[in-house]
Amino acid sequence: MDALQDLVELRGSALDVAGILQWALDAEAGGVALFLGTTRSEKKGTVELTALEYEAYPQMAVTQMKQLAALARSRWPLRKVAIVHRTGRVAVGEPSVAIAVSAPHRGQAFEACRFLIDSLKKDVAVWKKEVWGDGSATWSAERERRD
Amino acid sequence: MKVRVKMFAMLREKSGGSEFELELPTTATVGDAISILRGKFPGIADLLPRAATAVNFVVADGATALREGDELALLPPVSGG
Repeated sequence: MDALQDLVELRGSALDVAGILQWALDAEAGGVALFLGTTRSEKKGTVELTALEYEAYPQMAVTQMKQLAALARSRWPLRKVAIVHRTGRVAVGEPSVAIAVSAPHRGQAFEACRFLIDSLKKDVAVWKKEVWGDGSATWSAERERRD
Repeated sequence: MKVRVKMFAMLREKSGGSEFELELPTTATVGDAISILRGKFPGIADLLPRAATAVNFVVADGATALREGDELALLPPVSGG
């Protein structure tokens, strides 16, 4: 039987979503929940958002993501836990974060996945900058509270 | 003593550098270091009240004591995801 595993990473290039999902499959699980955070198009007047640029404090962010995975495991009987976050430029429509969780029952997988993305957005040492079509760029001053 | 200071996101940009060494008295706390940084980088003064701090990758507060060789990080409110 597979050992319980976490996949926790910061990546500077496109996320291999299919690979992450495949990794999360587990013979002891009845389901896998996948959440992708993606860059949403925005407009400021006639100027459109082109990308989000992510910066991390790598040593701290990875430690925090591992702690979140451990905390989720203490609450739900999870099998695989993957948390992979982009750094660098993420174009509109592209994923910036992937969370995949497998668990014996779907409720556990959904709840743990929700917990992990909500906690990540609140606590993990990652910042995003909005890059606009007119060349301007602004740091997201406040974390988004919208779901 | 010397500590390594790292700043991120808008703090990094407004201070003009992400990483440098800071000379401090041996009894200095995180709060003391912040006061010195506020004087050194007036451009970040308005951001400091909302910034969190970490020492050696662990969240700290103003009372946290610093030691030679520590890594002190200044973290604006996070916005990942």
